[in-house]
Amino acid sequence: MNRNTKDLPRFTASERANHWLIAICFVLIALSGLAFFHPAFWPFAQLFGGGVWARILHPFIGVLMVIAFASMFVRFRSLNRITPADKEWVKRIGELLSGDDRNMPPQDKFNAGEKLMFWAMTSCLLLLAISGVVMWRAYFPFPVTLVRLAAVVHAAVGATMIALIFGHIYAAIWTTGTIHAMVYGTVSRAWAKQHHAVWYRQMAGD
Amino acid sequence: MALQSLDITRRSATTTPSPRVRRTAEIAKLIDVTTCIGCKACQAACMEWNDVRDEVGTNRGVYDNPPDLSAASWTVMRYTEHKEGDRLEWLIRKDGCMHCQDPGCLKACPAPGAIIQYANGIVDFHEENCIGCGYCITGCPFDIPRLSSKDSKVYKCTLCSDRVAVGMEPACIKACPTGALQFGTKERMREYAEERIVDLKARGFAKAGLYDPPGVGGTHVMYVLHHADRPGLYNGLASDPAISPLVALWKGIAKPVAVAALGSVALGSLFHYIIKGPNEVSGEPENEPKKEDTGK
Repeated sequence: MNRNTKDLPRFTASERANHWLIAICFVLIALSGLAFFHPAFWPFAQLFGGGVWARILHPFIGVLMVIAFASMFVRFRSLNRITPADKEWVKRIGELLSGDDRNMPPQDKFNAGEKLMFWAMTSCLLLLAISGVVMWRAYFPFPVTLVRLAAVVHAAVGATMIALIFGHIYAAIWTTGTIHAMVYGTVSRAWAKQHHAVWYRQMAGD
Repeated sequence: MALQSLDITRRSATTTPSPRVRRTAEIAKLIDVTTCIGCKACQAACMEWNDVRDEVGTNRGVYDNPPDLSAASWTVMRYTEHKEGDRLEWLIRKDGCMHCQDPGCLKACPAPGAIIQYANGIVDFHEENCIGCGYCITGCPFDIPRLSSKDSKVYKCTLCSDRVAVGMEPACIKACPTGALQFGTKERMREYAEERIVDLKARGFAKAGLYDPPGVGGTHVMYVLHHADRPGLYNGLASDPAISPLVALWKGIAKPVAVAALGSVALGSLFHYIIKGPNEVSGEPENEPKKEDTGK
């Protein structure tokens, strides 16, 4: 996709920086977390300078990620309110995935999938942060039963979040022109009209 | 595999089998609570042999000293004053790692080779591989491992694996003046315990028995108790210890399920792309922005 003066601004530089800060945190925290979760992923610990460093860094990256996500939450919260059109969109997701988007209801700046991802990420991070603090033995001595429960929650929610992020990344790759929005900040008018008709009308002043 | 006495049968965070052709006799320590006089010679011997010295604490008005296990106190005597009818019984239990046949610490440990189980049954921590996460503490049904604030490694009783490896008994056994601590093959220790239990029953302790909890596959540290029906009397000794179902879930079925789920999502995405192709901006006229909009 070429840069074009007629392209529509979708994300500001600070929104993009915020997003990619979270993305970097996610990659680091997912790799180190997987290393502790299953021996098959233990080699990932070497990326952090060994198991001890991975153990030391993982929770601090988590703290940074929660702060960065809180900032994004404040920015995008009101744009992610679920509307009746979103329910219709979710019902028709099968059509979209099979390559036919003609009957998808017109979407605002964020479509229903993006909104659900936003709220799913918010819930996941909240659960991970709470259970993570309970498991952070170096600083927090919690009763062992609580730590055991936190370990199960942390692993289950962590795996769920990684799966969701796989979906998030794939959606961005699948929908051509989307990564451009998060890297350069702009989208083509055709992209906006096809995927976010309501937002397009607002932006283009139609 | 230099010393047969140090053959490893189980290794933390390892999914393939360890060498298991050689058959080594299982050993056990037997703690006869009924003949313990609470002299703490075992505690002193443990410190001496293992070269660990705890901080000097304060007198809390009871015999328990130090008050709890720590990274530098791998065994402690726990004293309980118990009234049985009109008789006072002083129940003194030497606390420390039980060396479970099915160790919760080893199951929970994410660092390959940080916790190992020798063929003789000893569960040992190899601190050089420990990453300090404390998962073993979460996994242990007996609340034994302690995370050191000095080096962020966990420590516990090794059953003097270094001494046992060369045919010696653990330091605590060597120091015990009453014979309350016995060491040998697990089979021999069971026989010895039987004799003790017959004797205790003859002396009026009808419920005397051996503590070798099956919930953890049996232990390589066993107790002879006067009240085997009530292990909780002995400073809260677990009556039916087992690996917590939460730990079993977390370090059991959750692992293959999560890996399969993540793999399916990744492969599903790839095949979706290959089968359906990308979701491109379509060239259909109704989607084509007006000429003056595009600037193309």
